[in-house]
Amino acid sequence: MADLSAPLAALTLRNPLMAASGCFGYGVEYADALDLSSLGAVVVKGLFLSEREGHAPPRIVETPAGMLNAIGLQGIGVHRFVKERLPELRARGAVTIVNVCGVTLDEYVEVSRVLSDHEGVAAIELNISCPNIKAGGIQFGCSLTGTHDVVAAVRQVTSLPIMPKLTPNVTDVASFARAAEAAGADAISLVNTFLAMAIDIETRKPKLTNVLGGLSGPAIRPIAVRMVYECRQAVRIPIVGMGGIASADDVVEFMLAGADAVQIGTANFADPFLWSRILADLESYCTRHGVTRLADLVGAVHGSRTSAEPACRPS
Amino acid sequence: MLPRMVVDERAEVLENRALSAEYNVVTLAAPDIAAAARPGQFVMLRTAPGLEPLLRRPFSIFEIVRGADGTARAISILNKRIGIGTGRLYAVRAGERLDCLGPLGQPWPLSAGARTVWMVAGGVGLAPFATLTEALVARGLALRLFYGARRGEDLYYADWFADRGVDLVVTTEDGSRGVTGRVTVALDRALASTTRDDAMDVYCCGPTPMMRAVAARLADAGRDTWVSLEQVMGCGMGGCYSCVVPLRTAAGGTHFVRSCIAGPVFAASTLHWEGLAADHG
Ligand SMILES: Cc1cc2nc3c(=O)[nH]c(=O)nc-3n(C[C@H](O)[C@H](O)[C@H](O)COP(=O)(O)O)c2cc1C
Repeated sequence: MADLSAPLAALTLRNPLMAASGCFGYGVEYADALDLSSLGAVVVKGLFLSEREGHAPPRIVETPAGMLNAIGLQGIGVHRFVKERLPELRARGAVTIVNVCGVTLDEYVEVSRVLSDHEGVAAIELNISCPNIKAGGIQFGCSLTGTHDVVAAVRQVTSLPIMPKLTPNVTDVASFARAAEAAGADAISLVNTFLAMAIDIETRKPKLTNVLGGLSGPAIRPIAVRMVYECRQAVRIPIVGMGGIASADDVVEFMLAGADAVQIGTANFADPFLWSRILADLESYCTRHGVTRLADLVGAVHGSRTSAEPACRPS
Repeated sequence: MLPRMVVDERAEVLENRALSAEYNVVTLAAPDIAAAARPGQFVMLRTAPGLEPLLRRPFSIFEIVRGADGTARAISILNKRIGIGTGRLYAVRAGERLDCLGPLGQPWPLSAGARTVWMVAGGVGLAPFATLTEALVARGLALRLFYGARRGEDLYYADWFADRGVDLVVTTEDGSRGVTGRVTVALDRALASTTRDDAMDVYCCGPTPMMRAVAARLADAGRDTWVSLEQVMGCGMGGCYSCVVPLRTAAGGTHFVRSCIAGPVFAASTLHWEGLAADHG
């Protein structure tokens, strides 16, 4: 039996598999079907200070090997979350990471402060990368100073591990990783969805009410792997990688690129019982390759190249 | 809400029976789901291996198929070919296996007081009424099914319901069978001969405009209607927040709830129909 545990800043996760934010409700929706404590962590749906209704449907549309979503961060707000959902997550033994949203910098700070006052939150993932809301969010994540300022401000009010979630909708994601690290982030996670669009050619209208949405699923995986690879070159803090992961092979690929842990979003929609299968497959990968500690794979691909620069960088 | 005993069965296709060039009935060996399912619940089916389509599709559980000893063996799905997923399910072959997740969603509520039950179905909206019929027949209730279609040949399983003692009122828009017109025409006639005091429950499933029209007529007659909605769903488990429907709030606004776990069955009086209709515009 290989050691599947995943060290992540101050945490040691049972295994590197986390449920991605927005793809697993508040976790409690799955509590009767799955043993939540068997996951490395559960990242819950993005939370603002107060409740939010989100966008009018249709909110999703399938695309080749992927899907677009424009949910608009519907949610119950942090106060109801700590009262109505967190106790059950604790009782079920879930390692809970909360995805924190904000329209303003103060809102990120305030939501983080509320979470810090409650037992049972393992870490904060700062959502500065949601492409589906007008104000806040991605505006911070698309500016180096915005990224720095949100992380630095939240750092002042919490001792919980802080993990800003980066957007892939930038030219040089590694510079954002550096900004996050410099501001005191304990880890980074990436990628959030790629801003995208699909049009109904019969009605000649956008397929989503919100017009634009975020692309996720296998279609984005090679780009996400590249971005994790670039960030691994740029920072020392741990990286949580995601984007189209659906199998143990995909998990290993992200770890080789430099991810200390991973998140699974879209694939969980198609197969909510994939967790135990992936864990078993990770075990057999380790057996096949004589790996005793899965964490030893992290960043292993970097040793195989002499140069930190990609062979050919499109400019 | 019910505690959810959700399982994922790799269900063998036992039979695929074409009813027409559009409709078919697929029988799936999913014994655990068949045993646990309540009337009105649904399953999420992976209609093809691989990435096309990427997501599962929600389908009402049509029949519970039982063995000679009465144990639930399989479920059937009434399918209408529309998109990729339903097209795939139309073409599926006996012996193939489909991942089948369920049972999901809130079932039709069965009230203790009702003596009469009306079921109103349009097209593929017939699907959630077979299990409801079995449950209500067992309670000895008087059942009537209003069943509308465009043409006579689009009416399926009429005998199935008649054989179980259901009073069948068929309507066709082209007049080729039963009452000419939409299902609301027959409903209006029937409503004229009921009184507010009759202990009666009404259940409805079909296209959204049809459900809205039915619920409006029943509301005028002082009655609520249980409707089963069909939303685009990502996961069926409450994970993605894509299948939301707008409910009215006490303050006069609306609030989105997830159809997969709060529904698919809703009391028509709680829905904000204008918002719901817009989704399909
Ligand atoms: C329906 C849906 C809702 C999402 N909601 C959130 C969210 O609330 N907060 C967030 O940071 N990311 C959200 N995401 C992005 C995912 O967490 C993840 O970053 C992205 O989908 C890529 O991973 P995947 O390909 O495994 O899905 C959402 C994604 C989807 C598909």
